[in-house]
Amino acid sequence: MSTLEMTQKLEERINEWRAYLDQHRAIQSVDAEELEDHLRSQVKTLGEVGLDDDEAFFVAVKRLGDLDSLSKEFAREYSERLWKQLVVSPGGDEAASDAKRNAIVAVGLAIAAGISIKVPELFGYNLEEPDDSLNFYIRNFSFFVLPFLAGYFAWKRGLGKVNRMWLAVPFVIAALVMNLLPAGGEGHTVMLAAIHIPIALWLTVGFAYTNGHWRNHDQRMNYVRFSGECFIYYTLIALGGGVLVMSMMFIFNSIGLNAEEFAESWVLPCGVVGAVLISSWLVEAKQSIIENLAPVLTRLFTPLFTVLLLAFLGTIILTGSSINIEREALIGFDLLLVLVLGLLLYSISVRDPHTPPGVFDVLQFLLVVSALVVDMLALWAITDRISEFGFSPNKVAALGENLILLVNLGWSAVLYGRFLMKRSAFTPVERWQTSYIPVYAAWAWFVVLLFPIIFNFQ
Amino acid sequence: MDIGKDLVAASATPLVMAILSEGSSYGYAINKRVGELSGGEIQWMDGMLYPLLHRLERNGYVEATWGKSETGRRRKYYRLTDQGREELAHQQRQWQVVDSALRGIWCTSINLVLQGN
Repeated sequence: MSTLEMTQKLEERINEWRAYLDQHRAIQSVDAEELEDHLRSQVKTLGEVGLDDDEAFFVAVKRLGDLDSLSKEFAREYSERLWKQLVVSPGGDEAASDAKRNAIVAVGLAIAAGISIKVPELFGYNLEEPDDSLNFYIRNFSFFVLPFLAGYFAWKRGLGKVNRMWLAVPFVIAALVMNLLPAGGEGHTVMLAAIHIPIALWLTVGFAYTNGHWRNHDQRMNYVRFSGECFIYYTLIALGGGVLVMSMMFIFNSIGLNAEEFAESWVLPCGVVGAVLISSWLVEAKQSIIENLAPVLTRLFTPLFTVLLLAFLGTIILTGSSINIEREALIGFDLLLVLVLGLLLYSISVRDPHTPPGVFDVLQFLLVVSALVVDMLALWAITDRISEFGFSPNKVAALGENLILLVNLGWSAVLYGRFLMKRSAFTPVERWQTSYIPVYAAWAWFVVLLFPIIFNFQ
Repeated sequence: MDIGKDLVAASATPLVMAILSEGSSYGYAINKRVGELSGGEIQWMDGMLYPLLHRLERNGYVEATWGKSETGRRRKYYRLTDQGREELAHQQRQWQVVDSALRGIWCTSINLVLQGN
């Protein structure tokens, strides 16, 4: 055999090896390229000490380590690629039956959640009439969804017995508090509790999602990513559901039947709760779809929100007008800032921490800084109102939320600035966000548990 | 002599960082240097070096750039950052403590061990 044929055969071998390596999705192609360089260097050295191409190739491959454990090691370093490992590694049949079982459980729980929201109607609580009974649904809305979701993840992750008990505790406390709170006065504290309990319990679901490892920062980041992707799936399902309901009403209308009541009392409530479980299941079952879609959406909306906030600030400077905060505006502002924070959190969670700062990071930094200024303006308006009219539950809740956001955005801006000036890696930005998550949980529980007492059940 | 897995894993990070403190390098050369330094006693599966290097990169201890190899293929080079140097000094102090503690006890007891008592 000539030397030329030898090298050709070696090239073929290396290409085959590379193709096999590329099947391991936890190892991305740049990493594979690096490993290939290693393999070639090793083959060359071994060739120099007298091994022929075949021997050198086999020894080099063997020294590199078996690809399955190597790919596991990569997956551990890149926990954001961990799911890919999970998708590929188990044998075909087992994976397929697992997927099927997940689907059955998820759909079953979605149906159970849909039924659960209709059960109180048997006891005379009515979803549609806006009186005291509607109050029941406002207080208890979270309990028709989130316990099912927590149960789904507890089952899927195989949560231990002790952890399952810990998971149940917050739900029991929440259910007791939400139903025992007296609706004295104007019911402000009940409404605030009803708004904050889903946040508190969503973070509790994170305990099940992370299989009890909620202290682990990578796991927290995974949950953030999951939350963002779940939100996107939910929005898509809601859009489709809206079209479905409209079509239904239209075609039944054409044969003289009014389907509006059925849509309002069955399709809508059952769909709203059931879709949460379906989208949670889809996030993990159809990961590759959303993984491609979600970063595109964040890239689209980060500049748009930045422009919005900058235009708003510019207008304030030009016209010299100050924010006149009524109650609705207050909620609107908080919602906007929470949206911005969500956008920030999600784009941090999908960003590859290894890439150097780029144009998009400058945009992100601008978004953080403009949100920070808007937050300060809102804070100023709130304190202004408090000093004029005194404390009320709503104003204190808004004050607390804006302060929490202020601290987060302020420090995020500092860390992002350092990263842009190449003074530090991207990890501190990520770490700061994941370290801050318990603050949201603490605040939400504070509003639910202590606000009613502090404000004397107003 | 087989050095235990845990000990290899624990010493890999300071070893790799110390090698990079001699100047920028790439994966294969780092592995080779580890072999030279330990007389071939410290060994790991070659591929395992890369997740380690990537972790160091994520923590900001090393910086990676793509360059060219002698044959003109793309090759990833790693360089220790200032933050990495600090971390290395920090780890060095820890290892010195461990080392001197072991030496202290071995001076008094090693003869017994070697004599098989």
